[in-house]
Amino acid sequence: MIAFAREFKRMAARYTADLQHRALIQRALRSYEVKRDEFKARYQSWGEARQAASEIKWEAINHLDRYLEEFITKLEARGTKVFVASTDAQARDYIVKVAQENKVKRIIKSKSMTAEEIELNHALEHAGCTVFESDLGEYIVQLRHEKPYHLVFPAMHLTREDISRLFEKELGSQPTNSPEELTMIARSVMRKNYIEADLGISGANFGIAETGMISITENEGNARLGTSLPKIHVAIMGIEKLLPRLEDLALFLPMLATAGAGQQITCYNTLYGGPRQPGEIDGPEQFHLVLLDNHRTEFLADAEQRDSLHCIRCGACLNVCPIFKNVGGHSYGTTYQGPIGSVITPHLRGLQNWKHLSFASSLCGACTEACPVGIDLHHHLLQNRRNATQGKATWWEKPIYAGFVFFMRRPWLYQLSGKLGKIFFPLHKLVNGTLLDPLRLWTKTRDFPDMAPQSFQEYWKEKKAKGPHAPR
Amino acid sequence: MKVSLFIPCFIDQFYPHVGISMVQVLERLGCEVDYPEGQTCCGQPAFNSGYWDEARAVAEHSLKTFKDCDVIVSASGSCGAMMRVFYPDLFKETVHHFDALKMAPKIHEFSEFLVNVLGVKDVGARFDGTVTFHDGCHGLRELGIKTEPRELLSHVKGLNLVEMNDTETCCGFGGTFSVKFPAISTAMGEVKCTNIVATKADYVVSNDSSCLMQIQGLLDRQGNKVKCLHLAEVLART
Repeated sequence: MIAFAREFKRMAARYTADLQHRALIQRALRSYEVKRDEFKARYQSWGEARQAASEIKWEAINHLDRYLEEFITKLEARGTKVFVASTDAQARDYIVKVAQENKVKRIIKSKSMTAEEIELNHALEHAGCTVFESDLGEYIVQLRHEKPYHLVFPAMHLTREDISRLFEKELGSQPTNSPEELTMIARSVMRKNYIEADLGISGANFGIAETGMISITENEGNARLGTSLPKIHVAIMGIEKLLPRLEDLALFLPMLATAGAGQQITCYNTLYGGPRQPGEIDGPEQFHLVLLDNHRTEFLADAEQRDSLHCIRCGACLNVCPIFKNVGGHSYGTTYQGPIGSVITPHLRGLQNWKHLSFASSLCGACTEACPVGIDLHHHLLQNRRNATQGKATWWEKPIYAGFVFFMRRPWLYQLSGKLGKIFFPLHKLVNGTLLDPLRLWTKTRDFPDMAPQSFQEYWKEKKAKGPHAPR
Repeated sequence: MKVSLFIPCFIDQFYPHVGISMVQVLERLGCEVDYPEGQTCCGQPAFNSGYWDEARAVAEHSLKTFKDCDVIVSASGSCGAMMRVFYPDLFKETVHHFDALKMAPKIHEFSEFLVNVLGVKDVGARFDGTVTFHDGCHGLRELGIKTEPRELLSHVKGLNLVEMNDTETCCGFGGTFSVKFPAISTAMGEVKCTNIVATKADYVVSNDSSCLMQIQGLLDRQGNKVKCLHLAEVLART
């Protein structure tokens, strides 16, 4: 088995055995569900809003070349430096170069999963910069030297007590159970970081082609402050985040908030169109936008899974996923967790190494049902399985399925094996649950049913022999 | 009406009573029941494991077995979904694509057939006990079955239907997933069982025996007395 798959299984076994952890996540997501449903109910039709959102993204993605050109032209006209990075390395190198050319030492960063995807912090730290995460959840996981647990709620796996203990250890604060006090502790550290930062890094939730602007959604005001105080702002955005028109935000901002966080709308939504313009009294002197491809154009070429580029990274699919709820975000070992992560990671990092995530699903379809932009997530998992198997079948599975075909295409053989099964099945009791039990992957935790003394086919033959008027 | 039964392989071998109950209910409602002989498996295990060529070979056998049938009623939502929803995908760009598309609308899951095709809500059943209904994911999300089994159950005399929390959440079976990732599958099943037990129902009813195999397997291991029954087994009681 591939190392990544082994590690996933190991982590999944650890987290599923941790009942406290499972309860914590399930409780947190339960309160999300209540709020989400409350705000979904305010839509005249959530279904139609989804359909509209899906169509707008379809339009943007299927004409991405045109919209990107429009977007870049408009941004550049106002003095934004746009860099299109084909690979994660190109994106990192560009941002490091901007930092070095401007002798940047301290960086304030707001939340960006795209920055996580290219492991930006690591590259900047390697180049001698200090990066301060300003989103509270991201700041907490940074202090713990952890990766975000969830693409929207990075610290959802921690209790107030955990955070209080962390702050006590790392910041020397007094223990407290109050979320307000914990926030104030982080805030007192953070203020200094904002003022001293030479450069601010942000992500982007949407890019508006029509006006050449990026839109950032947040609840803490940290992105707004961190992109306006320092003299340089660098934003990083996947090329798929485009929307054709400004008015599309009227649909997407509330949908992102409702699907993602169970809010009607997030507290701060800001549009950025360029650096400080002549005559303006504030804003950064330089504004760089890094547009990241990193295998996204390969999705574009794949008609079957192109709609994966509709993703607005709301996290709704994680929040309803029974796998995520039981294994948690850290088991995946990926930037993007949950169903969307299982769909796209094989494309971002290699199918054979990451195919196990597509197999680690009961294909229940709760993700597809929850996705606000209508990505056919669970069917994409099936396609990943097919592609992985066609590329490289598991050596012991191939003959099993060859046998399966041989038996299932020959009804007499199928019936004979049923009859033989009935003779030999009682022997299973002798090995049930032991190492010799061929069914032990099932019987370790669950009872296995007995074979019926008479199969349905046998019943039917008997019934037919008795004639149509025989008693039932 | 002539009705052709599709009794998936594991129901045939492990839960034949589900099929027998279907025969009883359908005959009670005046249907002429037929069972096309030679049927085996729909091919879903291979399909879900990524072995689409192998799945196609088995599915071809099913297409052949049911080719002369006008109305096909499946004992399982999951296997029904395989034939109705996934066969057209599986046979895309092959000579059998048209056959798969032609067969798809003829496939009905049992509860959906009773309510939407026969137009029957009261099958004249009597069943004493408190029952909670588990929505199998394939029936629910691939075939869109939600109200039909509940309408049927609500008309059964003596039956008290209570809803569990998160009834639409997967039980964790997922076919080969249950043995490829047993720890995750079991954890999901445990959540389901907790919700079932909290209803204090005597029975869990579903339209998918595969979910019930997972749920009963866990309930028995936990020493719970709650019993799993297929919807047809409840509707067959008079």
